[in-house]
Amino acid sequence: MSDPPALAQPLPWGPLALPVGDAEEVAIWTLLESVCDPEIPVLSLREIGVLRAVNATPPVWQLWITPTYNGCPAMSQMKEDLLAAMQQAGKQAEVLTGLAPAWSSDWITASGKEKLRAYGIAPPHALAQQAGTQRIRLAPKMDSARIACPQCHSLDTTETSPFGSTACKAMYKCLACAEPFDYFKPY
Amino acid sequence: MDYALHLADNALILGQRNAEWCGHGPVLEEDLALANHSLDLIGQARLLYQWVAEHRADGSTEDSLAYFRDPHAFLNFTLLELPHTTALAPSARADRDYAVTIARNFLFSSYMVLVWEVLQYHPEPRLAAIAAKSLKEVRYHWQHAADWLIRLGDGTPASHDKAQAAVDFLMPYTQEFWCEWPAAKHALPDTQDMQTAWWTMVNEVLSEACLRLPEAKGHVTQGVHGIHSEHMSYLLAEMQSLARQHPGATW
Repeated sequence: MSDPPALAQPLPWGPLALPVGDAEEVAIWTLLESVCDPEIPVLSLREIGVLRAVNATPPVWQLWITPTYNGCPAMSQMKEDLLAAMQQAGKQAEVLTGLAPAWSSDWITASGKEKLRAYGIAPPHALAQQAGTQRIRLAPKMDSARIACPQCHSLDTTETSPFGSTACKAMYKCLACAEPFDYFKPY
Repeated sequence: MDYALHLADNALILGQRNAEWCGHGPVLEEDLALANHSLDLIGQARLLYQWVAEHRADGSTEDSLAYFRDPHAFLNFTLLELPHTTALAPSARADRDYAVTIARNFLFSSYMVLVWEVLQYHPEPRLAAIAAKSLKEVRYHWQHAADWLIRLGDGTPASHDKAQAAVDFLMPYTQEFWCEWPAAKHALPDTQDMQTAWWTMVNEVLSEACLRLPEAKGHVTQGVHGIHSEHMSYLLAEMQSLARQHPGATW
């Protein structure tokens, strides 16, 4: 069971590029680059936008994470991995969960999107800012023609299922090379 | 806090119902879709239960709220506990009809899109944060349900008839969305506009799905007051039995 979320302050918004903060904080961020998403082991928690802040509260470091989806079962694993990395470096740390602002796939860094593609997962399209306020009125078909196959880069692809192996992915197939692939949903 | 509990119970009970399709989906993709859908709902329920438990400060936990309350203590809408069948079914084990699953997800997610839209601006920051996250999820659920309702309604004569029967059967239960009770009145002071918006949303999709818009009339169910259908105890028995046989078990 994960700890209940805390809401001390709104977390930073948007993708986080290194370096962040002062020299001491940068050292922590750099250290934590080795902690990857358990489901997508090529992406650090910073790159996917889950690790939002590191705060020095001597002698303890506060690490703030936010869930991608409310039910994401990987959260407790991420927390353990972060604590293990800190412990290995001889640092005391606690991991806190924030909910606001809500995570968006727009927070995946540019390098993170490239790594996703190389790993075989089509990265999400940028989400229009108004998506958060616009009500969906009729079921719009996803514009699947614009999702490039991560294998052969063809745009001739189609959605096979809006839900996939994890909450954050949909299933696609490429009509050119016939390979199925995961698409990280814009969210 | 009763309202937060109601939202949590809604999410948990529908999450549990839809998870019944896990391993039994009509096609593999839908099996995955419903499991994902339930994961989102149970995630929402956990956040809300954690909040309620902290607020109660009486030793309640998310687990005690989910597993150790009896039917009358659950405040979910009756709609969400019904089995996936159109006729009056003797138990949750009766044959499942996917049209009922889809129609219910559609009617309820249409409502929850509107509810979370309002609650994301709630003065209580914890509720507003949960609402903003849940809104993204429920929009996706809505798209999935609306898409399928159109596919079923505008499909073969058999799928059309099943979809129509499902909508006809479930529509009276949606009256409970609009019944006034103190906790809801406080959280959602004005449901008049919401109700108009809901009927518009529902009507647009039903007409595209070539389905008739039934009236919502007849007996108004009382799930929000803890008065549930005969199906609720079966659902809870299945969901709670493991935790009750091994209280405090961990792995």
